[in-house]
This record gives sequence, structure tokens and C-alpha cells, in this order.
Amino acid sequence: MELTRRSVLQLGAGILVVASVPLKAFAAGEDLIESFTGGADIAEGGVTLTAPEIAENGNTVPIEVDAPGASEILVMAMGNPTPNVATFKFGALSASHSASTRIRLAGTQEVVAIAKMQDGSFARASATVKVTIGGCGG
Amino acid sequence: MNSRRDFLQTSMAAAAIYGGAGFGNWAKLAAQQALTQDQLLEFDTFGNVSLIHITDIHAQLKPIYFREPSINIGVGGNKGAVPHLTGADFRKLYGIDDGSPSAYALTYDDFASLAQTYGRVGGLDRVATVINSIRAARPDALLLDGGDTWHGSYTCYHTQGQDMVNVMNALKPDAMTFHWEFTLGSSRVNEIVEDLPFAALGQNIFDAEWDEPSELFPPYKFFVRGGVKIAVIGQAFPYMPIANPGWMFPEYSFGIRDEHMQEMVDEVRGQGAELVVCLSHNGFDVDKQMASKVQGLDVILSGHTHDALPEPVLVGDTIIVASGSNGKFVSRVDLDVRDGRMMGFRHKLIPIFSDVIAPDAEISALIDEQRAPYVQSLSEVIGQTAEDQTLYRRGNFNGTWDDLICDALISEREADIALSPGVRWGPSILPGQDITREDIWNVTSMTYPQAYRSEMTGEFLHVVLEDVADNLFNPDPYYQQGGDMVRVGGLGYRIDVTKPQGSRITEMTLLKTGERIDAAKTYRVAGWASVNESTEGPAIWDVVESHISKQGTISLDPNNSVQVVGT
Repeated sequence: MELTRRSVLQLGAGILVVASVPLKAFAAGEDLIESFTGGADIAEGGVTLTAPEIAENGNTVPIEVDAPGASEILVMAMGNPTPNVATFKFGALSASHSASTRIRLAGTQEVVAIAKMQDGSFARASATVKVTIGGCGG
Repeated sequence: MNSRRDFLQTSMAAAAIYGGAGFGNWAKLAAQQALTQDQLLEFDTFGNVSLIHITDIHAQLKPIYFREPSINIGVGGNKGAVPHLTGADFRKLYGIDDGSPSAYALTYDDFASLAQTYGRVGGLDRVATVINSIRAARPDALLLDGGDTWHGSYTCYHTQGQDMVNVMNALKPDAMTFHWEFTLGSSRVNEIVEDLPFAALGQNIFDAEWDEPSELFPPYKFFVRGGVKIAVIGQAFPYMPIANPGWMFPEYSFGIRDEHMQEMVDEVRGQGAELVVCLSHNGFDVDKQMASKVQGLDVILSGHTHDALPEPVLVGDTIIVASGSNGKFVSRVDLDVRDGRMMGFRHKLIPIFSDVIAPDAEISALIDEQRAPYVQSLSEVIGQTAEDQTLYRRGNFNGTWDDLICDALISEREADIALSPGVRWGPSILPGQDITREDIWNVTSMTYPQAYRSEMTGEFLHVVLEDVADNLFNPDPYYQQGGDMVRVGGLGYRIDVTKPQGSRITEMTLLKTGERIDAAKTYRVAGWASVNESTEGPAIWDVVESHISKQGTISLDPNNSVQVVGT
């Protein structure tokens, strides 16, 4: 499948997590990582996760993942009731191993990306995205 | 062989000595009469490039009084670091004598009495004189405006920023970046920017729908000055749709985007830039952090947090210059750029003493022309301050202007508790001074002024205070929005700035009964400057005007309702 920017956005829209319940899903995220990696060691570095420090709108937060040499990248919002956001799969002929989408965040939390490399190793990146009710600018 | 860092440090020392000549000697000048324009403008032109920086004018065309903060807490790695020093600590660090002109310009102590001696500050006609003097020494100096220019006064509101656009255009800036300008609404901002005779820059101004750089605001512009190819990269306020109403400019997205900043630096270096200047509205601590993450920025001209620093702060090989607010200061930075590198600098923070610096006649006339249609309304006297009452705002917690605004909200809107935004703009009023309608607008003018009245539970009030406190006291500067703590009336609390979000605020107390705030109980809360669309209520300036006119003479009780720990 050729991922155009628009189809990535639509994909993102399709997997938006609809939720307004309190954050209690961290364990679910850890379980998801366990099943994705099969318990293998995960290295820091090798995958880049770009996300805003503070979300302009927690309902649609733009994120981007990039992991040269990855065959799959799992993206999770660890504080959402359903942490699973997306798994991007890249074929052997993929020109770039990056994807962008928009996710919904139920509150301030850690967004995690885990890349499965073609050699079977795993890499991880994370970013804290703050969801705030808004302040008063200087 | 001298490394680049040695060069910078040598010149930092030279700048400090020079700054001493500029600042320390003033202490010997006992009175205003001894201070001259020549002394304020004295500068040994250096190197081959001059930058002139002015920022956060907040539409203050005319001279004003402006009291610097007494409390400005630094957290995390910035605890005790500039700009988080005030009063005597600030004077000690920079060798400023008590009671000197510099003490008056840069610190808060004895503000009211020193103001009697040294007079008003600012006025864009005085700023014009300073700019002209720098241009006389260096005709191709770059004039860079850090934004928050088209906001903050009666005339700016009623002309939708046109008064400021007209006067600033006459000063001929080379580039500008943005913050409060966007609260004019995106269609008005677009309309002005399309006709702007200088560059409107923002590498972090993106199209919200596609998350791509916006076409109207280029990331950078090249200038060739003194034979040097200079790239000026703009950095708009990162948290505009969060700190201000995003619904007013839904087409735009911001953020710090330091990866994109690095791409832009690499791009301009690749195109032969010998000097890279970032014109920033990040706020000082965010700029410091950005300077440590982005490689290749020579100079950051820092705005947003309204800090005025007599010397640049060095982070790696980047110098960060902070130039105050409300037209009170102009920074001049001379640079020696050779062989594609910045070899040294000389810097001066020039305070605009309005009674010392002669106004530029042409700009004076232009300012008066902007104000002419409104003069009668502007100058109407609404009340006076008592003989011992100064009104000011700057500081991490309530200033006296905020206390007055909160009193007005509680009494005019019949509320238990008042909330007022922790903005850093707004000039001061001296004891025994008339309070005019213009003065009230100077501390309240904005495009979302509705003074709402609503019911909030104790739990929600706690969430609000915690949320705003984290925007100010999060130890990671990238999570700070650069305002001050929300101001409160009718409510006391204790704050431990070292705690994480959710546990900083305790002992919330309803002042009128002395009882602790009950999480489950509902309270009547009045406030203004809500970022939510469809907020209803009278404009805050009408609420405050009505309150002041009923009071006549303003005399406020000392406010001891916020207990701050962990500083």
C-alpha cells in the first residue's frame, strides 16, 4: 500500500480513540509492548518520535515517527484508556520508514513509539505531551 | 590560538566593562538633571554589523511608568539564574547602586520615589531618536521587532492594531515575529501582514490543517549588512492557541519545533549565512533551552517574558539578548563577523528615559495623529490613587493592579472569588496620580475581554490553579508558557513551586469566611480573558472603570493571601 499523506491522515482519523475516562491504562500499554516485542530487549535510540511539548488541541495531536531500517513501528498513547494507536508496517522496498498521524490524548501523558528493525531488534522513543486547559500568555 | 569560545568570553568581559561604563557611572549622577541623552546613547561602534532589538511594546506609544517585578521565581536548572533575580540581588549581580537610574530602570525598590526623580520611560518617539542615533553610526543596522506590538491599548483596540502598524512602519523595521498580534483574528493579521513593508517571520508558524510551514510567514530572511550575509530566523510564541484563544486563528499551528529550527539553521548555513540571528518570542528560559539544543545560532533576540538584562547570557556559542517591554528599553548589539563566524560582540541595553531622550518630532506628530480621534475618551479621569498607593502588575503573583481588577470583579459581578490572567504587560500608576480611561485600557485591552460569572466547584478551582502553576513552574522550560500565575481575589492559597503538577497548591481558603475551599462545594467565580469561545459578560474595562469611579480614590489593603514556598 502506498501511504500518501492524506491516507495517513484518514488512517489516523480511523483509529482515533474515543475516550473521556480517567487515565488508568499504563499497564495495558506495557502489556502491548510485551506482546509486540515478545519480551525482547529494547534499545533507546534508532527511532525518532516528534510530538508537540504541549498539545494545541488534545483531540487531534500531530505526531511523526521515523525509524530507518524498521519493518514496523508501534505507536501508543500510554495514558489513554486504549493505549494502542497504530502500527505502521514498512515493506522491504519502502523509500522512507516514517509516518505521521494525529492522535487523541485523554490528558497529559507519555506517547511511546517502538520500532521493530529488519534484523529483529527493537528500539524505543517517547515524548511527554502535556494537555492543558490553557493559561495566560505574557 | 583563541577558540571561538575564548573570543566570545573576552568580548563578554569587554561588554561587561563597557556596560559598567554605561551603567555604573550613572550612580554618581545624583539626579535626573545630570543624566544626558549622550550618556544614554554613548556607544563605541564595534565590528561590522549592528542589531537593534525592541520587543513586547504592547502598543505603548506614549511614555509610561513601568515597575519591574519583585518576585520572578526560577525553577529547575534556572533557580537563581537570570532573569530570575530581582531587587537587591539583581543590582548586586550587575553592580548597580541603590537609587541610581539603572536601579530605577531595572529593579522595583523605591519605585514610586525614584519615579518622581527619573520620570517616565518609553514612548516610541524617544525610541525613534535612539534608533536614528544608532543608524547615524551604522546606517545599515538591522532593526528587529520581537512582537507583541499590535496589542495592549485603547487606540490599538479601536484601530485593530493600525495605530501601531502606522508608527512602527515609520521606524522602518527589517523583520518582526508575533504573539498577541494573532488575537486580532487571523483575517485581520493576514490583511496587515500581506501589506507589511518588512519581513513577517516565524519558522514555527504552521498551517494547522496540513502541519506544514505557512506561506504567509516565511521562516527566515537574508540580509547583507556590512558585507556580511545575515540570516534572521523568526520564532513566534510557541503556545499561542493554548495561552490565547485558538478559535481566533484556527488556520494556524505553532509549537517550539526545535527540530525544524535546526533544519532552518542548517539550510541558511548551507546557503552561505555567516551570521544567524533568531528573532524569538519564546520567553527567556525557553530560548536558553533552545540555544542548548539547536546548534549554529549566533544570537537570540529574546522576547515574551519581558525581562530586561544589562548583559547578554551566553549558552554555548549563542548570546541571548533580553530587551524588556512596553517600549522601556532598546538593545543595541554590535558584532564582529569575519571569515563566516561571529568573533565578538558589544552590547548595550538602552533604557528609554522619556525626560532625557528628546522625542523625534516626526514620530511624535505621527503618534498624536493616531490618538487624535480618541483623545477625549482616552484622557477622561476615572479616579485617583491614594498618596501611598502604586498600581503595578509585573511579578509571579498578584500586583496591585490585579488586586484592584479582582476587587472590581467581585463587587461589580457579585462573586465570591475572582480570577484575572497573569499577563506581564500593563504600565504602572504612581501614588496620587489620576487614573484615566487610557490607564485602565493599558492593563485590560484585549479582543476577548468578557468578564464572565460562573459557578465552579472547589475541585475545579484547584485544577485551574494547578494547571496555570505548571505552565509557570514546570522544571522543563519547554513546558512553560511564559505568563505569570493567575491572579486571584477572594481566595488565598499556599504554593510549593518545587512540587509536581497536582500537589503544588494547598490550603485554598475563601477569604471572606476564612474557611477552607471544599472540593465538592460550588463557588461564584468572576473572571475575564477566557480562551473559550462564546464567553459572555461585560468588557473588563467597563467593570474596572465602574468600580474605580465608585471608589474615587484607590487605596488597597496589602495582599498576603498567597504563601509561596520552595523558592
